Amino acid sequence: MSVLVYTESEKGKFKKNAFEVASYAFAVAKMMGTTVTAIAFNTTEGESLGEYGVSKVMNVKDGSLETFNAGAFSASIAEAVKSTEAKVVILSSSTDTKYLAPLLAAKLSAGYAPNVVQAPDSTSPFTVKRTAFSNKGFAHTQIDTDIKIVGVSNNAFGAQENKTAISIEEISGATDAATNDTKSVEIDKVVGKATIADADVVVSAGRGMKGPENWGMIEELADVLGAATACSKPVSDLGWRPHGEHVGQTGKPVASNLYIAIGISGAIQHLAGVSASKTKVVINNDPEAPFFKAADYGIVGDAFEVVPQLIEKLKDFKAQNG
Amino acid sequence: MKILVCISNVPDTTSKINFTDGDTKFDTNGVQFVINPNDEFGLTRAMWFKEKQGATVHIATVGDPTVEPTMRKALAIGADEAFRVNAEPTDGFFVAQQLAEVVKNGGYDLVIGGRESIDYNGGMVPGILATLTNMNFINSCINLEIDGNNVTAVREIDGGKEKLSSSLPLVVGGQKGLVEESDLRIPNMRGIMMARKKTLSVLEPVDGLKATEDKKFDKPAAKGQVKLADSVDQLIDLLHNEAKVI
Repeated sequence: MSVLVYTESEKGKFKKNAFEVASYAFAVAKMMGTTVTAIAFNTTEGESLGEYGVSKVMNVKDGSLETFNAGAFSASIAEAVKSTEAKVVILSSSTDTKYLAPLLAAKLSAGYAPNVVQAPDSTSPFTVKRTAFSNKGFAHTQIDTDIKIVGVSNNAFGAQENKTAISIEEISGATDAATNDTKSVEIDKVVGKATIADADVVVSAGRGMKGPENWGMIEELADVLGAATACSKPVSDLGWRPHGEHVGQTGKPVASNLYIAIGISGAIQHLAGVSASKTKVVINNDPEAPFFKAADYGIVGDAFEVVPQLIEKLKDFKAQNG
Repeated sequence: MKILVCISNVPDTTSKINFTDGDTKFDTNGVQFVINPNDEFGLTRAMWFKEKQGATVHIATVGDPTVEPTMRKALAIGADEAFRVNAEPTDGFFVAQQLAEVVKNGGYDLVIGGRESIDYNGGMVPGILATLTNMNFINSCINLEIDGNNVTAVREIDGGKEKLSSSLPLVVGGQKGLVEESDLRIPNMRGIMMARKKTLSVLEPVDGLKATEDKKFDKPAAKGQVKLADSVDQLIDLLHNEAKVI
């Protein structure tokens, strides 16, 4: 009756969120007086989950599952839920996991609460706090089904060390009984660069940049900080930046430690989408820009003067502080 | 091709969110309701299929009679016929079960819903619906082409995109990218007049699993005053020594 957590990996290596969801699963297991079992696909570093409270790893070893497939992955996770008789399943909030979660919920007739921001309010009844209304509010959602699925928000709970003795079992993948013949043809992905989903720092810019030709300094600032780049909705609608960079209510949510908004006035939809970020910094020449009311720190000034200075000073700072 | 677009009736993106009845309900007072933006991209893509490749487009919504103005708007944009399942859409699993009945009875080749609604953000209706109806499923879809029975789609992934092949029948969780913002349509007077004459059938709900209940809501804690830095040096100092984020 353990808690089952799906820990995502890529080319055998765990993603950052794997340790966060494992930590969350440990917190739930502790509340319920049980242990954590993880399921992973073709991982080469299962032992590392023992640092975060996982007692057992079921590693699906299957060459046909090197690439994510929502139908096949959800089928294997559903099998693991049955074999471990897990009552609670913990997932991340990555795009892939949000693809498989509803398939898993349907297979298990399980209630699913996504975007959960803290350990359960209670486990009997099972109630979790999650963001709703695109981060403009929170819902305390009670899951009434026998099996419960919890999707944990990115960077909300954090990875917490809980050294635990761990065993690893290799299992084979389950086949999806449904007629899911959806297949990956090609993956086009930026390599070696932080993504909005898992970056500690996000540098975002808006119409105040005046045109796409001025994004060089935004990218340079992001490089210095090891940050992902993002943009406001008008900027992606104008085609200045790709849609994948649009953050806000109808774009991607941001939950980074540091969010720097440059030349973004702060429409309510944008503020909602980035509100889960821990520290927000605004650079804008308009002191009346609404974003200043939602920010922690700010500089009132022209981005074309402030940003180049910030790049230089941060380079010096990084050189001194490693 | 027969297409069903699932539409959720949601507060306009500019809405201020408040709760009522001891923070157990969303306060709809003074709130303007619209077609869920993620669904509207799907509806517009469905219109393109209709105009370029030939298709019948139906819409379905789970909700009480107050959702009908939003459904009429979708009909005014060009959908042919509408189904309203007369039940409160309180839980994603329940909503998916209701829509699954509409899908089974309608024999649709393609079902498009939004990746998530912008109010309750469950993000589960299209995926559960696909499983219940034994259809293929593509989520966070940003490009969709159909040739005969063959589907080529692109979905968003963290840090990029993935091209997929699939086949009909298919359920899609859509979002911006299916069409662009500038492609969205505002109903014209002729469309609005025609929409009044189109069939909007009311169906009674089937028994379903109510998997979750939102017991209570709260709003984010009020934000403290912003600290304005006079110089870049001061900002870096604040971020390093006070916020400890660099």
